[in-house]
Amino acid sequence: MEHNPIQVMPTPVDLKPEDFRKIGTDEKEAEVIQRESISAWRDAWQRLCSNKMSMVALSVLALIILAAIVGPWISKWVHGYNYYSNDLMNTNQKPSGAHWFGTDDLGRDMWVRTWMGARISLIVGLAAACIDLLIGVIYGGIMGYFGGKVDEIMNKFSEILYAIPYLLVTILLLVVMEPSLGTIILALTITGWINMSWIVRGEIMQLKNREFVLASRSMGAGSGRLLFKHLLPNAVGPIIVTVTLSVPNAIFSEAFLSFLGLGVQAPIASLGSMINDALTGWLYYPWRMLFPAAVISLTMLAFNIFGDGLRDALDPKLKK
Amino acid sequence: MVRYIANKLLFMLISLFILISATFFLMKAIPGSPLTSEKQVPPAIQERLEEQLGLDKPVYQQYFKYLGDVVQGDFGISMKKINQDVSNIIGQTFSASLKLGLVAIVVAVIVGVLLGMLAALYHRKLIDNVAMVLAVLGIAVPSFVVASLLQYVFSSQLHWLPTMGFKGPMYYVLPVAALTAQPIAFIARLTRSSMLEVLHADYIKTAKAKGLSWLAILWRHVIRNGIMPVITYVGPMTANIVTGSVVIEQIFGIGGIGKQFVEAISTRDYPVIMGITIFYGILLMLARFLTDIAYMIVDPRVKVNKGKEG
Repeated sequence: MEHNPIQVMPTPVDLKPEDFRKIGTDEKEAEVIQRESISAWRDAWQRLCSNKMSMVALSVLALIILAAIVGPWISKWVHGYNYYSNDLMNTNQKPSGAHWFGTDDLGRDMWVRTWMGARISLIVGLAAACIDLLIGVIYGGIMGYFGGKVDEIMNKFSEILYAIPYLLVTILLLVVMEPSLGTIILALTITGWINMSWIVRGEIMQLKNREFVLASRSMGAGSGRLLFKHLLPNAVGPIIVTVTLSVPNAIFSEAFLSFLGLGVQAPIASLGSMINDALTGWLYYPWRMLFPAAVISLTMLAFNIFGDGLRDALDPKLKK
Repeated sequence: MVRYIANKLLFMLISLFILISATFFLMKAIPGSPLTSEKQVPPAIQERLEEQLGLDKPVYQQYFKYLGDVVQGDFGISMKKINQDVSNIIGQTFSASLKLGLVAIVVAVIVGVLLGMLAALYHRKLIDNVAMVLAVLGIAVPSFVVASLLQYVFSSQLHWLPTMGFKGPMYYVLPVAALTAQPIAFIARLTRSSMLEVLHADYIKTAKAKGLSWLAILWRHVIRNGIMPVITYVGPMTANIVTGSVVIEQIFGIGGIGKQFVEAISTRDYPVIMGITIFYGILLMLARFLTDIAYMIVDPRVKVNKGKEG
């Protein structure tokens, strides 16, 4: 019998009383948790930490944000430059000890301007993403939670809006309104929230039929409580990922608008408007283009990689 | 199916109507009229001009007239270029943009699918890694940065390709490369992930078991199913390439619609801005509409009676 790979079940006749023993009667022992329990968030965080690419992206992002905050100050302490202080004797200078990133056509220090530009671009990107988040979550939450006619009408409305090309609307609005930081963010968010609202809607629709929602409802929870205490917190993963990936989009759109002369107006500069300014003489003064272009590319790259990593970490099922 | 198409068409028309109306009223909201200038015009001439341009009528009448004109393809007269119809400007410059755009779309699809296919077939090998690094770079680096870099390296430093203009096949290389960097990256990623899924599907095993040659499996099963998601991306890609060409035409000095658009924006030539916006809108919505139809024809699994989810 030992060599037979197929186990033959002993017939009841073969069984003796010694074959039986008590198991699992000690309930206390069964309830003891063997390992330290890990919350979903810590689990996701650990998965994120084990992803080298996203950790690099996160560090790059942290560095860029840090530089955008302190970069202009450093230059002020060391050299005394402002982002608008010009020196017409030293225009289009190469990078040197006095001007770490060189100077532009008005003799303005490129180091200060690059980091001020990064600051503006990041502000535009983050603010647009936050507004998209706010509108998208409310709109999508209502669509997904109430469903039926409400959902149908609201969804059709968002589909119609979405069909209008995004950048065209933004351009139109900025042609009419005077471009400033506020109007640019407004123009970027005018249809930018739709994607977020669809993500939220999909999540809520899946979640709302789950048992924990029923449990809460049967205990008398109202719509508001269900939506904000139970449904949205469970949809937070995809929401975070969408926000992370919408920041580089907003940064890119702002840079694109700068190209049309509809971005932030001088003397304030964003990375996009600096690249646009540099374009005229860029074959002769490549550094004027190189530094802002490198910073904007790195920022977008880091946001994209980090967003992808975040998605893998928060939803391991999706990983391919 | 007819109902599905009619439904899509109806919604496209509603979107278009909203875009046209929004364009009209936004332009009306700008203070001042086209006739405001430094030179004081005698009141009689002013009135005559207003009458000629229909500005003496109430706004709603102007609106309906504009709608009617747009339907007939008449976008009014340019304010800055004397005696130039907006439709003329569009007509004259469209061919350059169309050529560039079509070449870009074809190149993006072919190169993107090939890259994605190679990456999927050599999954987790060197080619896969290189392709995916390229794809991430392509998605993250803005097209105007790509354009400037290409211009610097290939025409300013190496002198291989012309810097500016649009006179022959060689003039296409750099603008097309800059325009397609992002779409190629996106298509490569789409193709790769969908092909990886297909390669592990049961029907591929069946096909292998039947003794089909690898090439036949690849062509008849893997590629056909693998490029499905790419079709859905063609609509958004067209939008991407059209808006991208606005900047690319500027950088490479190509006299297409994009360049006119930038010019009109900087000189605030409102009828031209309106005309090109609506023209772009029609183009892009049509592209999206055709994409939807194409997808429905190619993939019988698509739910005809339901709208897009998520």
